[in-house]
Amino acid sequence: MADALYKKPILFAIVAAVVILIGTAVTMFIPMLTPEMHPKLANLKPYTALQLAGKDIYQREGCNNCHTQTVRPLKTEVMRYGEYSKAGEFAYDRPFLWGSKRTGPDLARIGGKYPDQWHEIHFDNPQAMYAESNMPAYGWLKQNKLDPSDIEAHMKANDFPYTRDELAQLKDKTELDALIAYLQVIGTAVTKAK
Amino acid sequence: MSDYQYDNQTVKGFIVSSIFWGVVGIVIGLWISVQMWMPSLNFPPYFTFGRLRVVHTNGLAFGLGIGAIFGISYYIIMRLTKRPLLFPKLARFHLWFFNVAILLAALSLLAGMNQSNEYAELEWPLDIAVVILWVIFAVNVFGTIIKRKEEQMYISLWYILATTVAVAVLYIVNNLSIPAGWNKSYHLFAGVNSANVEWWYGHNAVGFIFTTPILAMFYYFLPKSTGLPIYSHRLSIIAFWSLVFAYLWTGAHHLVYTPLPDWIQTLGIAFTIFLIAPSWGSVVNGYYTVGNDWSKMQTNYLTKFFILGITFYGLQTVQGPTQGLRVVSQLIHFTDWVPGHVHMGTMGWVTMTAAASMYYIIPKIYNTSIYSEKIANIHFWLVLIGQLIFSITMWITGIMQGALWKATNPDGSLKYTFVEVVAKNYPFWKMRTLGGVIFTVGMLFFIYNIYMTMRKGKLELAEAKA
Repeated sequence: MADALYKKPILFAIVAAVVILIGTAVTMFIPMLTPEMHPKLANLKPYTALQLAGKDIYQREGCNNCHTQTVRPLKTEVMRYGEYSKAGEFAYDRPFLWGSKRTGPDLARIGGKYPDQWHEIHFDNPQAMYAESNMPAYGWLKQNKLDPSDIEAHMKANDFPYTRDELAQLKDKTELDALIAYLQVIGTAVTKAK
Repeated sequence: MSDYQYDNQTVKGFIVSSIFWGVVGIVIGLWISVQMWMPSLNFPPYFTFGRLRVVHTNGLAFGLGIGAIFGISYYIIMRLTKRPLLFPKLARFHLWFFNVAILLAALSLLAGMNQSNEYAELEWPLDIAVVILWVIFAVNVFGTIIKRKEEQMYISLWYILATTVAVAVLYIVNNLSIPAGWNKSYHLFAGVNSANVEWWYGHNAVGFIFTTPILAMFYYFLPKSTGLPIYSHRLSIIAFWSLVFAYLWTGAHHLVYTPLPDWIQTLGIAFTIFLIAPSWGSVVNGYYTVGNDWSKMQTNYLTKFFILGITFYGLQTVQGPTQGLRVVSQLIHFTDWVPGHVHMGTMGWVTMTAAASMYYIIPKIYNTSIYSEKIANIHFWLVLIGQLIFSITMWITGIMQGALWKATNPDGSLKYTFVEVVAKNYPFWKMRTLGGVIFTVGMLFFIYNIYMTMRKGKLELAEAKA
């Protein structure tokens, strides 16, 4: 019987699939069906059109390659970045943007940490602010205007509420405005609660 | 000799293509390694670190890795089934479609079309292309194996079959997304759940792209090039089933101390520790195989590639479970230790084993011998030294980063700002680039050797005809 397995490719593939799917079911499929995997903080708001546009740019530029968005519940990490991350903060993030490498600092509590103008100066020339920073400059995002029709499609795909006025205002905004608006909202559902 | 023809052209096409994409990926790797210590080498919008890094990872995982897997698997399958591919024209189409897809993948990533899931960055139209590529591969794999002329399926075929099934499931599930235009989509899964799906995929991409198909190569080409039979068939059975069973439980070790439920993290860590056993099953099997005659390390130039390759696989599969432990993860997670770990696997195990397999295949296809064993030896030492400089440097700097981030003054305040820690990394990042340069030079020796072997084969054929 056992020997037959190595002579029957279809049977072999089916057995292999079942073996592979056990761990998949226990650690991935079944948890997905439980509310534990879909928490949402009471004061977490969907992204506005401008914030979503900023989040799209964050993803397009691959910011998550160098910046994490999750503060671990470790003493020095909370001291450095702020309140540790809660499961219910990320319900509107498709996908999650926790990242896996901190070439730059964690951004889970960047929202409200600095004024908008700080970010403008920093994006323009990170080395002017921190001589030893290795971050690329992103001042060029100022030259790109937002496209409201694209952003509308993105809002719809996420099922986020928006108004005509809100979309109409976008056409005067730049990609840098959007990115900063996004950074300023990251992690604020927790800090506001305090 | 035989009444049928193997589809050597397709195999050769995949090998040459994968080497080409490998060069692209490695050169971009060098570039981004310099960007780490020289930010002026970022040229927006297309050539910033954030965009190039994904071209590097995808180019090497999909271009070099999957390209080599397609070609070398076809080669192995034909030999082990004693017949040509069931659908040779489909395989030829597969080759062209593969190259078009990888080209579009690279361009789309440079353009910033990025789903932001690691190793699943390609946007949805290209995801569909990847699935089609995989289906074409699966049709030939299954078709050829079903119609085989050799009753027993050898170990390598088990690994190829498992790869075919697992990658299909992993890739399709993690790439389910809500399209918002032709070049943008949002993950079907959100927040914590999205993280869990992504790392179930991400870790098993390592398991079923950088492990199982490479083990298929190892189990085929090690006995072929040394003439020594695999030490234990029973051990290979146990190692195979426990490996494919345990891998799928382990993704959450990438999410230690995140808001993912603790029980999933703990289960992931526990299975990661277990995974040492099946991984070392193959390592031990490899060692004992050559253990019957260690002189092969000197007399057969390929043996050392396979033995060093499986050694790095063995080191990886101890290092990985170690860094999954909470006590270690809290120190080294998010640091340069992580790319150090990955590169020992990709530069030490995957590239070493795939390159040795190509050294075996190309002379066979051209009915000749390798152009220069001496150049192969130079290649071996350069990639070995380059990789070790890379990995060891990144381990040191990773531990240093983790320790400095945690360092406190006597009054309990943090000792270093973030950028102060960045500044301390520069010497190590420069050292990493040096390791990368040495590795790249080694790969150029490899490519030259392969090219000259092909030329030698062609010349000999022309002479024989004349």
